[in-house]
Amino acid sequence: MSAKDCMCQEAGLLVFPCSGSSDVGELSDRVGRTIAKCGQAKMFCLAGIGAHIPGMIESAKAARKIISIDGCPVSCAKKTLEHAGFQVESYNLKDLGFEKGKTKVDGNSIKSAVSKITGGKSETTSSRSSNDCCAK
Amino acid sequence: MKIEILGVGCPKCKLLTANAEAAVKELNITADISKITDITKITEYGVMMTPALAIDGIVVSAGKVLSKDEIKKIISK
Repeated sequence: MSAKDCMCQEAGLLVFPCSGSSDVGELSDRVGRTIAKCGQAKMFCLAGIGAHIPGMIESAKAARKIISIDGCPVSCAKKTLEHAGFQVESYNLKDLGFEKGKTKVDGNSIKSAVSKITGGKSETTSSRSSNDCCAK
Repeated sequence: MKIEILGVGCPKCKLLTANAEAAVKELNITADISKITDITKITEYGVMMTPALAIDGIVVSAGKVLSKDEIKKIISK
């Protein structure tokens, strides 16, 4: 069994987008997936936390840091995580200049939001090496 | 009591299994300890970080190797 196959690496950073139904909700999801693909964090299922799935809760407890990305000021991701007892570093796309109902979800908006959230940070998960694609 | 160790079989999983066995022995209780190594079954528990420990079907820990004493405390609750 290679280390790649094992699920026992350090949890590192976990990112929870709200993945809401609006344009900014979609953007949060795409941003979370982009950050995960870059290896800067692992994306997790917010629904699993909201549903209090013990395996999901316990897995999230193993994280070094938890990041929430919300599309709008309702802040469902942040509140869901806090309700479950987690301390969260939260980002809201509204604060980053993305207006609900007025945001086009495309490569430019994704890249812009990712850049604003990661800010060129060098933190990465230990299980996946970053190629700095998020900062480019 | 049913105790399950969830993990694909790396050294951390083996250590958690040993700690669980030691905890059961010290508490002098009867428990069925089994290993779940199939990733599909592991993820069905919602576990994304292994090793994980489930007691009577409920995941009580994931992503860390609990010590014998920690497991004893959980079992005794």
